[in-house]
Formats: sequence, C-alpha cells, structure tokens
Amino acid sequence: MSFCVNFPLFLIVLSLLFSVISSVLHKKAARVLSLVLSGLSAAANFVLFLYVMKSGENVTYLMGHFPHPWGNELRIGLLEALFSAAFSLILFLTLLGGKAPLLTRVEERKGQFYYCMCDLIQASLLSLVYTNDLFTGYVFIEICTIASCGILMIRENGKTILASVRYMIFSLIGSGLFLLGVILLYDITGHLLMPNLKESVREIAACGSYRLPLLASMSLIIIGLSVKSGLCPFHLWMADTYGAAIPTSSGILSGLISKGYIFLLIKIIFDVFGTEVFYASGVHNVLYALGALGIIAGSVAAMRENNILRMSAYSSAAQIGYIYMGLGLSPVLGMEASLFHILVHAFTKPPLFLAAGLLSDSMGGAKKFRNLQGAGYVNPAAGAAFSFEAFSMIGLPLTMGFISKYLFGIAAFESTHHKMIPTLLVLAVSTVLNTLYFARTILRIYNREISPNHGEKVTVRSEKLYLLSALAFVLLNLFFGTAAKPFIDILAEGIAHF
Amino acid sequence: MLSILWNNRIQVVAVVLFAVGLTTLLLHKNLLKKIIGLNIMDTASYLFLTSLGFIEGRLSPIVSGGNTDPALYVNPLPAGLVLTGIVVSVSVTAVILALSMRLYRRYRTLNLDEIYRMVHREQEEED
Repeated sequence: MSFCVNFPLFLIVLSLLFSVISSVLHKKAARVLSLVLSGLSAAANFVLFLYVMKSGENVTYLMGHFPHPWGNELRIGLLEALFSAAFSLILFLTLLGGKAPLLTRVEERKGQFYYCMCDLIQASLLSLVYTNDLFTGYVFIEICTIASCGILMIRENGKTILASVRYMIFSLIGSGLFLLGVILLYDITGHLLMPNLKESVREIAACGSYRLPLLASMSLIIIGLSVKSGLCPFHLWMADTYGAAIPTSSGILSGLISKGYIFLLIKIIFDVFGTEVFYASGVHNVLYALGALGIIAGSVAAMRENNILRMSAYSSAAQIGYIYMGLGLSPVLGMEASLFHILVHAFTKPPLFLAAGLLSDSMGGAKKFRNLQGAGYVNPAAGAAFSFEAFSMIGLPLTMGFISKYLFGIAAFESTHHKMIPTLLVLAVSTVLNTLYFARTILRIYNREISPNHGEKVTVRSEKLYLLSALAFVLLNLFFGTAAKPFIDILAEGIAHF
Repeated sequence: MLSILWNNRIQVVAVVLFAVGLTTLLLHKNLLKKIIGLNIMDTASYLFLTSLGFIEGRLSPIVSGGNTDPALYVNPLPAGLVLTGIVVSVSVTAVILALSMRLYRRYRTLNLDEIYRMVHREQEEED
C-alpha cells in the first residue's frame, strides 16, 4: 500500500490545526496559510486520484488500525479523491480571487477569523467526502454548519445577522433530522460503518422485517441533507443568505458546502442503503419531483428578482434541483449526470458570485439592475467573467454546463417512460428561463449608457489575483467542457466501484 | 395498544419531546424560545439513543472484578455517541446565542417578525 493513502487523514488534521493557528495570526499570514492548505490539499488529492485510478480499487483506511465493526474508517475511492481535489481547487481559486470583497466588508481586526473558518470548511468538506462512518459524517456536518455560519456573519450588519440566524435554524433542523435517521438506522442494524450497514440493510430488506423503520430512517436522512443543501421547498433561505453574504462567502456556501452535503447523500445512497433498496423504496420519485419543481421555482424566482446577488442565489436553487432530479432519474446515467452537475455548479457559481460582487462594487455598491447599467465597462474583467460563467449556467456548447444538460438529456431518454417527457420538458423550460434572466443581466451590464453612480474605471493591473483566478476558472470550464469524454468515463467507473 | 406504549414508554416520551421541540422551533417568534425548542429537540434524540443503548440487568461498561465477559455489560457506544452529540449541540447553541445577542444589541428585541420588519425598512432606506 502506498504512502499516499495517508493523505486524507493528514490533510484533515492539518486543516484543523491550521484553523487553530490562524485565529492568532495576522490576517495576511492567515490568508497565506489558507491558500497553502487548499492548494496542498488539491495537489495531494489529485495524486491520490491518480494512484486510485492506477490501482483500480478502493482503499479503506483504518484509523488506529481497528478493523470493522469497531474502528473508524475513511474510504478512498475514485470519486472521493476526484471530488476532494476539485473542491479544494475551487476553494483555493475562490480565496485567491476573493480578496477584494473581503477588504471592504470585514473589519480589520477580524480578517484572520475568516480564514480560520475557511480552514474548518476545508477540513469538514474532506471529511464529508472521505468518511465511511455515519456518525463522523454527522459531527462534520455540524462543524461545517458552524464554519459556514461564521463566514456568513463576519460581515456585521442587520441583514447578514438575520440571514445567519435563519440559515442556522434551517441547518439545525436539517442536522437534527439527519441525526434522528442515523439513530433509527443504528437501532435496527447495530452498525455505524457504511460497509456493515449496507450488509445489514440488505438482509433486513430481503427478509422484509423492519420495513417501516428502514423507510423512516432513509427519509429522515434524505430530508435532513436536502434541507441543508436547499432542495425546493427548503430553498427559501438561500436568497437571503447568499444575497446578504460577502460574495466570496456566497460562492463558497453555494458552490462547495451544499455540494459536500449532496456528495455525502450520494455516498449514503450507494454505500448504506444500496441502489437496489433505494430505488425500490420510491423515495427517489419524491426527490425527482422536488428536484424538477425546484428547477422551475428557482428559475421563476430568479426571473422576478432585480438584485444581482439574489438572482444568482435563486439560480443556485435551480441548479440544486437539477442534481436532485438526476438522483431520482436513474441509478447509473442519472447519477452520472448529477455528479457531473455537482462539478459544473461548483466550478461555475463561485466565480459568478465573485464577478457579481465586483461589478456591484465598481458601481458604488449598487445591486439593483437599474444601477448596474454599464458595469461591464467600468470593470471589464469582472464583466467578462460574469458573462462567461452565465453562458456556462445557460449551457452553451464548449462550456461544462452544456455537457451536463446533454447528460441529463441522455439519462432522460434511457429512463422509464413517464419520466422521459417531464425531464425533457423541464430541461427545455429551464434553459429558456436561464437564458432570459442571464441575458437580461448581461445586456444591462453592457449597456452604453453607464448609470451615474459608477466608481472609477477598474484597470486590469489593479486586480491581478482576481484576474488569475477568473482565468483559471474559465480555462478549467472550457477544458472540462471540451474534453469531457474521458472525464465522464471516470465518473462512470467511479459509480461502478462505489 | 396501551401495553405497547407502556413497554416503549421512554421512546414515546422521546418522540413527544421531539415534537414539542420542533413545534417550538418552528412556531415561536421569540428567538430565545426557538433556541430552547432546538435544545429540547436535541435532548429528545439523545434520550432516544440512550434508551436504546441500555439493557436492563446489565452492568455499566467498566470492567470490575476481572470479569471480561461482554454479555455482562451494556454496549458503551451509544453513550459515547450521546456525549459527542451533547458537545455538538452545546457548541451550536453557543453560536446561535451569540448571534441572538448581536441581534438584540442592534434592534433591542428578540421578536423575529419585528426584527425582520426593521431590517426590511433599513434595506429600503439604503436603496
């Protein structure tokens, strides 16, 4: 066994350590530490990904060398390594480019705490992705909740504090339900480690006993995680939260944290309940319906919004809907589309929020569309980045968004009859709505009549780091959008090995 | 029916407590009462978990008198989970109480509806 299987544990411990150290450092040192951590994590996880791909099998990492059913485990598979690498890279790029919004909105003496929270988020994302133990999952869900509340409330005004309270209440209901589901499952199986759970769940389902508790625990876990990631009826907190937060935080919250929860949910579906039990229970139909509803509801709400950050927030609700719709569609192709869409949204939303924040800053902090007129000329880099990411959200060819819509289309054709037409219809309607509200925004920011509240013209030289991060996001997007085939094969192989 | 309820009385109490907590959390306007509801909800799940981990007639899982037969002792894992859970809920409560303090200092009330109205008014003045 190679040395690199130790990387996940090292990185988790290192992130926790760094977050403690950061809290007493100067803001600049803390920022460097966070950037080093997320960059290191991206590189290490990529090495691990190459290792797993070469060896072709999953590694179970025993912590303290206690074998199951006693010990605590991490499981390192193809998808885990890939998603950790992607999440770390996105966190790195978001922090790299997201310095400017922090300078104006966070008090000087509190700067280091922001990076302390980011390190905690890094630790909890890695743990949520790698863990093989449900209770460890619960603990890191809570750590993630506290850290995300931290990056939300660090900007002290009435709106953000209220948004944090609301976010906290929704999150805590979600994790309470998740915990209850885990307890019920522990009650009927006596296990917390995923491989043991899967075995027991299969036996229980086969002999037909405890049908109701099993269904109840499955529903509780799924409802808990979908409340936290903002599936349709629970998406209402999103606009307040993402709209009020610092754009850097909005990007991390919508692009990474909700994805961490969804990845854990997918892992639970595969490794705890097993796809057979899950797709026989009928819960997937509910997820499918709510996902489809979320796409339409989110897009319509985004259409009606006239604040650029809140519009992006509602568009997140629609994108989360896509992911859940794919989960409910079919176990292989639908899942593949969902996993790809997790990456699409994670690679697209953070730069979109960053660009929206910078556009708003260049117009004297205006967020309403009528005051953003011509912002694309005042800050050309942010305008171009916003337009490109908007194209990816709409799903124009050559971008990642196109590939995921294509995958959803394929999955729809391969699925059962009564889901094919609604899926295609939802895809078509949402693409039209997406195009409408993003086109409206782009036309506004490139209007020749610049609204009078604009600030000084932002030169390219003054924002080198932002430019670097935006360019990296664009290039990665184009890379995955054009060379998608090998990548989709990797996802399919990962699902087969889950 | 009654005997089933009586035999599972601890679980029944836990479910009732959970429901009380959840309704308090969802329906009350006062932020402090919401937080209390949240804590009742958490406590209910810990009660549920503890009651599942206890088997009548067995000893607490501390080896005494050189007796290492596991059939004599209860499983220590649920108790360990409850302890972890309590730590989590304490820290979460601390964060949300800190948030409430900030809200109170700003708006001099803990009624969420009133706070919402005031924030909305601030927002309109800004625009």
